[in-house]
Amino acid sequence: MFDFINRMFGKESSNSKTVATERLRLVLVHDRANVSPHMLNALKEDLIRVISEYMEIDQAALEVNLNQEDNSVALVANIPVLKMKRNYASGAPSAAGGR
Amino acid sequence: MGEVIVITSGKGGVGKTTTTANIGTGLAALGYKVVMVDTDIGLRNLDVVMGLENRIVYDIVDVANGNCRLKQALIKDKRFENSFLLPAAQTKDKNAVSTSQMKELVGNLKQEFDYVIIDCPAGIEQGFKNAIAGAERAVVVTNPEVSAVRDADRIIGLLEAEQLHDPMLIINRLRPAMVKKGDMMNIFDSEDILAIKIIGVVPEDEAIVVSTNRGEPAVLDMTSKAGQAYRNIVKRISGEDVPLMNLEESDRFVDKLKKLIGIR
Repeated sequence: MFDFINRMFGKESSNSKTVATERLRLVLVHDRANVSPHMLNALKEDLIRVISEYMEIDQAALEVNLNQEDNSVALVANIPVLKMKRNYASGAPSAAGGR
Repeated sequence: MGEVIVITSGKGGVGKTTTTANIGTGLAALGYKVVMVDTDIGLRNLDVVMGLENRIVYDIVDVANGNCRLKQALIKDKRFENSFLLPAAQTKDKNAVSTSQMKELVGNLKQEFDYVIIDCPAGIEQGFKNAIAGAERAVVVTNPEVSAVRDADRIIGLLEAEQLHDPMLIINRLRPAMVKKGDMMNIFDSEDILAIKIIGVVPEDEAIVVSTNRGEPAVLDMTSKAGQAYRNIVKRISGEDVPLMNLEESDRFVDKLKKLIGIR
C-alpha cells in the first residue's frame, strides 16, 4: 500500500533503478571476493601483521569472511587472542614498522 | 604498426558485433586502414551485420591451419576499400584455433593495418581467451541492466588478470526516457560501479534494427542518434576529445517538430 502511494507521488524509493544499483552493488561485493580468494588471504596476512604489534593472536585459528545478510555485506573476523603485549609504547611508532 | 582492440562483454546479446561493425566502419570512414576479425567460431555474425555474407570463401580457421594465405581470406568492404573483414568459421568450434595461432595471426594483421578490431564471442571460455590473446586495448560493451553490468565486471577482472588494463566502457541500448523516470541505471551509475573510463553511450534506436536488416552499419547513417553516438566513440578511440552527447529527449514542441521534419 505504501509502495503504491509512494509510486503515485513518484518517490525515490519506488524507482527500479535504485533497486537495480543496490542489488548490483551487493552481488559485485560477493563476485569480486569469490574471484579473488587470494585477496581475502592477503587481507588476513595484513591483519595478522598489524594486530601482532598489539597482542599475541592464534594465527592458525584466525578466520576472515564476508557475511551477507539481507541488504548488507559485512567483513567478519574471528581472531582468538592469546596474550596482550604489556610493553606497548603508546604514541611511539612501533619497532616492527608498517609498510 | 597498428593497434589491436578487442570488443568484449561477457554476456551475450548486448551488442558486441554491432559495436565491432560500427567502430570498424567508422574508423575506415575516417580514412584508417581497418580489419575486423570475427572470432566467434561456430556462430559467425559479423559478416551479416556488415552485409558481406555472400563474399566469404575462406575463414579464420583456414588461415590458422594454413589452408590459404591471410590475404585470400580477407574480404574487402563494399563501402570502403581500406576496410576488411576476416570472417569466423561457421562449421568448426571455438577450439579450432589455438591461442598461439591467434597471437601470430593478429601480429601479422598489425603489420598491415592501422586498426585490428576483434569481435569476441560471449562467455569466458577458450573463445574469449583467444580473442583477447593478441589485444592491446579492450572495449567492454554493456547494457544498463543488472545482469549485463555484473558480467562486465567479471570480464574487467579477467582482462586485468591478462594485463589488459584500463578497458574502455560502452553503455549500449540506453533508454533516455526510462532513465529520466528513474527506471533505468544512468551513465554515472554504471561508470561508478565498474570504475572504468566510459567512451560512449549508445541509445536504444530502431535505426540499428533497420541498419542490421540492410547490412549497413548505423555509423554511416547521418540521421540516427545511435549513428551519431558511434561516430563519437570512433573519434574518441582515435584519440580525439569529444564530449558525451546529450540523450535527453526534449519535451519542447519546437524540438519535436524539428525532429519530425528531420532537422537536428
